[in-house]
Amino acid sequence: MSENKEKDRKIKIGVFICHCGSNIGGLIDCKKITEYAGKLPNVIHSEDNLYTCSETGLSCIKNAIKEYDLNRVVVASCTPRTHEPLFRECISEAGLNQYLFNFVNIRDQCSWVHMKDPEGAYDKAMDLVKMGVAKAAKLEPLDCIKVNINPTALVIGGGVAGMSAALNLSNQGFKTYLVEKEDKLGGRLNSLYKLFPYSIKASEFIENFIKKIKNNRNLNVLTSSKIKNVDGFVGNFKVEIEQNGNVQKIEIGTIIVAVGSSLLNPKGLFGYDGIKRITQYELETLLIKEKVTKKNVVMIQCVGSRNEKRLYCSSVCCMTALKNALIIKEQNPNVNITILFRDIYTPGTEYEEYYDRARKEGIIFIKYDVERIPTIEENQVVVFNEYINKEVLIPYDLLVLSTPLVANEDNKELAQMLKVPTEANNFFLEAHVKLRPSDFATDGIFIGGSAKWPVDISEAITQGYSAAARASTILSHATIEVEGATSNLPEYNKSLCSGCEICIKICPYNAIRKNKDDEIEIIEALCKGCGLCGATCTRNAIVIRHFTDEQIISEILAFGG
Amino acid sequence: MNKISKSVLVIGGGIAGIQASLDLADMEIQVNMVERKPCIGGKMAQLDKTFPTNDCSICILAPKLSECYRHPNIKLYSYSEIQKLEGSAGNYSVEILKKARYIKEDACINCGVCVEKCPMRVNDEFDRRLRKRRAIYMYYLQGVPAIMTIDRDNCLWFTKNACRICEKTCEKDAIDFEQKDEIVKLENIGSIIVATGYNLIEDIDKEILNNYGYNKFRNVVSAIEFERLECASGPQGGHIKRFSDGKTPKKIAFLQCIGSRSERIKKYCSSICCMYTTKEAMIAYEHDNELESYVFYIDMRAGGKGFQSFLRRGQTEYNISYIKSKIAEITIDQEENPIIVYEDLDTEEIREMKVDLVVLASCIIPPQGIEKLADILGIELNKYSFIKTTPYIPVETSKEGIFTCGCVHEPMDIPRSVAEASGAAARAAEIIRRC
Repeated sequence: MSENKEKDRKIKIGVFICHCGSNIGGLIDCKKITEYAGKLPNVIHSEDNLYTCSETGLSCIKNAIKEYDLNRVVVASCTPRTHEPLFRECISEAGLNQYLFNFVNIRDQCSWVHMKDPEGAYDKAMDLVKMGVAKAAKLEPLDCIKVNINPTALVIGGGVAGMSAALNLSNQGFKTYLVEKEDKLGGRLNSLYKLFPYSIKASEFIENFIKKIKNNRNLNVLTSSKIKNVDGFVGNFKVEIEQNGNVQKIEIGTIIVAVGSSLLNPKGLFGYDGIKRITQYELETLLIKEKVTKKNVVMIQCVGSRNEKRLYCSSVCCMTALKNALIIKEQNPNVNITILFRDIYTPGTEYEEYYDRARKEGIIFIKYDVERIPTIEENQVVVFNEYINKEVLIPYDLLVLSTPLVANEDNKELAQMLKVPTEANNFFLEAHVKLRPSDFATDGIFIGGSAKWPVDISEAITQGYSAAARASTILSHATIEVEGATSNLPEYNKSLCSGCEICIKICPYNAIRKNKDDEIEIIEALCKGCGLCGATCTRNAIVIRHFTDEQIISEILAFGG
Repeated sequence: MNKISKSVLVIGGGIAGIQASLDLADMEIQVNMVERKPCIGGKMAQLDKTFPTNDCSICILAPKLSECYRHPNIKLYSYSEIQKLEGSAGNYSVEILKKARYIKEDACINCGVCVEKCPMRVNDEFDRRLRKRRAIYMYYLQGVPAIMTIDRDNCLWFTKNACRICEKTCEKDAIDFEQKDEIVKLENIGSIIVATGYNLIEDIDKEILNNYGYNKFRNVVSAIEFERLECASGPQGGHIKRFSDGKTPKKIAFLQCIGSRSERIKKYCSSICCMYTTKEAMIAYEHDNELESYVFYIDMRAGGKGFQSFLRRGQTEYNISYIKSKIAEITIDQEENPIIVYEDLDTEEIREMKVDLVVLASCIIPPQGIEKLADILGIELNKYSFIKTTPYIPVETSKEGIFTCGCVHEPMDIPRSVAEASGAAARAAEIIRRC
């Protein structure tokens, strides 16, 4: 049906009120809200469902669209954050343009926040439904924006996560660039001796990877290289890479961030001196070269982590300490090794066994309390042993500090280029910690490995693959559709624009620029429809589709009128 | 990409299987998804909220269930099991047993009239037997596919040759008592992903947790049962009450490592309990701000993103106390209040604590029937009967072309299951693209 015909038709709205089990229905009388909604202007049909989002609920919507010839649908339920795409798809399956749908949030905004005030929640739900119906009457059909996809991938970072991602994508048949800032691939593994829990040599492990990479025709490795600039959007990124002073431009469809993490400088912690009091990573370097011929080794866990400054657990340090302790024990069974810990982090099957093995090999574990941290003297550590309620003195000729992995200092710079967020500790922040662990909120950019959070090698590899899978879901298509509810500078408003450029500065997605004719141009594939430009435009020239002034004012009038 | 003729078989319809299927389907690869239960959703559908964001579990899962069901590249076989596998990587063929539901799938609209009329009441598996369902039933309210199933072990027609009320009441003529189990043969399977999840130790042996009062005292429940009790769509409508007297508990003890990290039961760590316990205690506090929670633990294992801050919030904002301890035994007083006898490892004292309710973080075990499935597929299990994998080639099983993800190979949380699922999809896709 053409858009004009759609506009000429009489507005027929269907309203669906969801009980959300007892989440809404337990507090608000959904039957009464449904009755109320049925009497609102332009509403032809209203009904309540136990779960509107269930397959049963969705069939109710589709059937009602058919039966009552509805051309607008309002669902009053949970939140558009999780459920808007589902309902949009549902009405489009029933033949309506997906933007002729309006979401009213009566769970988060009514039954949840006002759970102590059922009457107030009920009144507010009625108001919100009234406003939602008023806006629905003004909704207009929109088209999604089609974007061509360049089936080429870029992986930033040549550690295990990045190498895994790049290998997988190239094996899937996609041309892939792997960019590493150091002069060789391998990342953190280059400075490790052996890998837990099977004592495989790190160097052999990397060689294996590199062999596979070299044999791969689709894979283009750029070492000693740095990302200088990123432009474009999903399917169509343009990236500048500097290698030995030369800048080359590549065009790619997706980007995977796998830049890994850094080591904490433990200066000032537990008498660190880099000689007799060293970090686990310095111990690894030592072990690569020679046997450790000490009599008494003491290791301290959570050095610089799980404290006020760095609240997080770095998750790999317990296993690293156990591994290095076992290696030293194997080299020389007479060494006394004591590990001072707060909580031993060995989740799962094999890691817990590894901990068990370490205890059986005679490694001593003493728990310390964060309120009474061990004190370091010249040749001994003083620690309060909670199990026997006494202070104990442990002699050492080597003290090893388990320091956490920290975020790279240049993460911020890269994050700004990619327009992706970082979290409080400066690690990269994924789209949803639970269900979108490998995605960024920005389309076409993905994340894996310790750049996101400290992980061990096994998880880094998995996350590399995972990011590759997510990238492949885009690269496998010639074109994809992106959100159509974007900002827009319509032809008829162009004369209003004063060229003040506030919109350019305020856009968080760099979606607005001036074209060669010095006119404001909105790159719709980059626009997320956040509305900042429209709200700040001093001349009202910018229109936010799906949130037009007319639509918003209709809601306000419904509320006030 | 060229048109692809080979498909992937995904076994298991929990969050891991769902994520793997959706990723593959979005790569334009055909997926056959097999789920043993009447509906997909797995354990995540049974949870109330999820840590560390405390999102409502079914709310973030339901759109994915629906997406799986309607995705043009996914063919769903629910209430089905794998029976036979032949061939090798790149070209497997498989036989699926599609069990009779005694319902015409195209006709049933899940109106629920038959359920109201069915006279047979049986324990509801989805609600951990804390509620009754009928012999004709919807596996759970938001389940996908949204159609009824007749449980032939309990239906009066199959057990006593009587009743058939459902058939008479169904306006859509959707009941079909003549339906037979079906064997579906699928060829051209390029690769396979096994994501059949986990069970809990009490599922196979109720007696084993007797020491902790489980199955002995009414005010001792397992963590997954507590999850259902907290859930708004659960058997108590989200208002937690004791089974002995219906009172709201004001003091709850959460016991960690129940069956895990144990010489006697399972030696491994179940990985997720420290976190979900904190979440359960938080949600219980949100229901009732007078609640005191005590978590009895050995090591606090919170290595994931945002987990330490989550524990901190539990302590400072939700009245949760963490006690490093070893549990000796659980007894009860005359009012059936559980009494925990424990050694406080911070003070070296033997102590007692009387509480209103005890929640046991029981051990994760491999899913029931894994030995048979492993045998059919020809893959190795480890000594605990989880699927055998190695840390350096994660998501691969011992057999080429068969991958795995989620708790079926090691206990893990949802974010890791989801990442592994995508990882397994990536590896499965490599084989398909090569074919």
